[in-house]
Amino acid sequence: MLRYTVRRLLQLVLVLVVLSLLLFLWLRSLPGGPVTAMLGDRSTPDKRAELTSVLGLDQPLMVQYGKFLGRVAHGNFGQSTGVAPGDSAIGVFADRFPATVELAIGALLFALVFGIPLGYLAARRRGGWLDNAGVVTSLLGVAVPVFFLAFLLKYIFAVKLGWLPPSGRQSPDIDATRVTGFFVLDGLLTREWDASWDAVKHLILPSIALGTIPFAVIFRITRSSVLDVQNEDFIRTAEAKGLTNRTIRSRHILRNALLPVVTVTGLQVGALLAGAVLTEKVFAFPGLGEALSIAFTKKDYPVLQVLILASATTFVLVNMLVDLSYAVIDPRIRTS
Amino acid sequence: MTDGTSALPGSGRLRRPGAARKARIDRLATVGGRSGAPGAPGTPAATDEDTADVGVSLLRDAWRRLRVTPVFWVGAVIIALFVLLAVVAPWIAPHDPGAQLLIGQTSRARNSIAPPQAGYPLGGDTFGRDLFSRLILGSRQTLLVGVFATLIGLAGGLVLGVLAGAFGGWADTVVMRIVDVMLSIPSLLLAISIAVLFTNPNLTSVIIAVSVVQIPVFARLLRGQMLAQRGSDHVLAARALGVRRAPIVFRHMLPNSLSPVIVQATLVVATSIIDAAALSFLGLGSQDTASPEWGQMLGEAQDRIDSHPGLAFWPAGCIIVVALGFTLLGESLREALDPKNRR
Repeated sequence: MLRYTVRRLLQLVLVLVVLSLLLFLWLRSLPGGPVTAMLGDRSTPDKRAELTSVLGLDQPLMVQYGKFLGRVAHGNFGQSTGVAPGDSAIGVFADRFPATVELAIGALLFALVFGIPLGYLAARRRGGWLDNAGVVTSLLGVAVPVFFLAFLLKYIFAVKLGWLPPSGRQSPDIDATRVTGFFVLDGLLTREWDASWDAVKHLILPSIALGTIPFAVIFRITRSSVLDVQNEDFIRTAEAKGLTNRTIRSRHILRNALLPVVTVTGLQVGALLAGAVLTEKVFAFPGLGEALSIAFTKKDYPVLQVLILASATTFVLVNMLVDLSYAVIDPRIRTS
Repeated sequence: MTDGTSALPGSGRLRRPGAARKARIDRLATVGGRSGAPGAPGTPAATDEDTADVGVSLLRDAWRRLRVTPVFWVGAVIIALFVLLAVVAPWIAPHDPGAQLLIGQTSRARNSIAPPQAGYPLGGDTFGRDLFSRLILGSRQTLLVGVFATLIGLAGGLVLGVLAGAFGGWADTVVMRIVDVMLSIPSLLLAISIAVLFTNPNLTSVIIAVSVVQIPVFARLLRGQMLAQRGSDHVLAARALGVRRAPIVFRHMLPNSLSPVIVQATLVVATSIIDAAALSFLGLGSQDTASPEWGQMLGEAQDRIDSHPGLAFWPAGCIIVVALGFTLLGESLREALDPKNRR
């Protein structure tokens, strides 16, 4: 177990080193470049040369990469040039990280809370109306582009009906105390219930938009996994032993059916990070995804580096945790 | 040779004895006849001719299950209509999709567009072009994006997957590390990263961006399939017979690895179309507005969704229907080709 963990961590480091090199080369081969992005097309050559040397872009690539690695080791990724000019890139990341985490948790909660029970019920009553409705919804959920769904939700529930706020993380007229940067948590810690509730309302629509694909995937995998498990011999044995239905369901069916669900949930984290770019743009939600889309258009290299490295690290780490969590759920893996 | 060898080229796990012969009987019989008859065991095999036999019967077996699945027919009909539309689009579109025929009724300042009218069933878009014609011709570019992105992704994945799965050892290690790095970036982020490298985004850059993302997926799938076969009996038998490595890989292992890849490819067509739309939404799609593409139309309409939702709903509806079609087809293929359902 420990050896496995260490090996996976080493693999992670290797992936990140290769990734940082690729990322670095990729950033340098972008058309335009940060100087044009900052000064505009009609800047004088003098100004350009000055800024180029300030940013260190005139040095050989290997030197730049070496310096880059050195800075990364110190947690210094340079200054943002477009998203929040003047701020450190890592600061931009730190500012926006809690927003995206809140959104991702909201989306995953939506997906799990609806996906697992519905998938289970659909499998128990295979061919019933719930099963059919669930399967159709999950197929549609994968076919609808995330950003269009976000638009649709915003158009219906925010613009037409006015039930929920159309954009942002919190209404500007709420004077909330900031503690952790997680707005919902802050409100709970400081007992500013209205601030918390307002933040939750801002999260509902983006969470549904972002959580639809994970919901569809989790629903389907739960359904097919329960269908597989309930035909297993050990379920018949359990029934023959005279165990109550409740025990069979919770201890035998659900527990065995959850293993593939865990894997798939882990894989969805990557989809969440990518989907956040689209969802946050539609809802003007100030998270990492929105920062990423701004950084692309404004060619904010330092911020891009941090964001892509961070999302890759998160993705790989989560997948590692998923692999490790097998051992907790399934004792058979622990022994082998 | 006995029962065991008759199943050799088709990998014993998937087939029961006598299936090769059953397929032959099926082929001789008239269409639709003898579909359920169980075959007798004991057909000699292990020649290349028999490999082909097994391939046919695998498809036949799947087809037998597919043709009674309503989901398959819904998907197949949607795709058939979509492809037909794309082929005949230039002949049935009433107007030139690039011509600003309704520009007189369009005003940016007043945020007004031409309403539906005689000859223009859906009205005009923000540039005064016929929305209906653009939707019809958009099917062509959308089909191109879906198909070519899938083919490029498949080709790349095939090369990497075969390298890793057939040779193992250090080739496997190197290829899989590359795949790991590619998979460590969430797919849409990778597509965005590639799309921004192009100074002038066009259809080709969009296709490249969404196809590269699929390469590691196909590579991993194929590698897994081929690894599972490396130790299998039919590969061992082929090697014992003195068959060289290339024929083993390409005539024995690869054909037996393809069914999950085909399923995945069908699903990837849908993913590619949706990803291309996402790139358009982020401003990284094709800038060539004279040849419309649904994702691009949807991206263009995003600013006007509050005032003119129709501009977004029509292309979005088309994307959803087509994506659903490919998803349904892929899912029903998966069910049909799944060895668990073979009985």
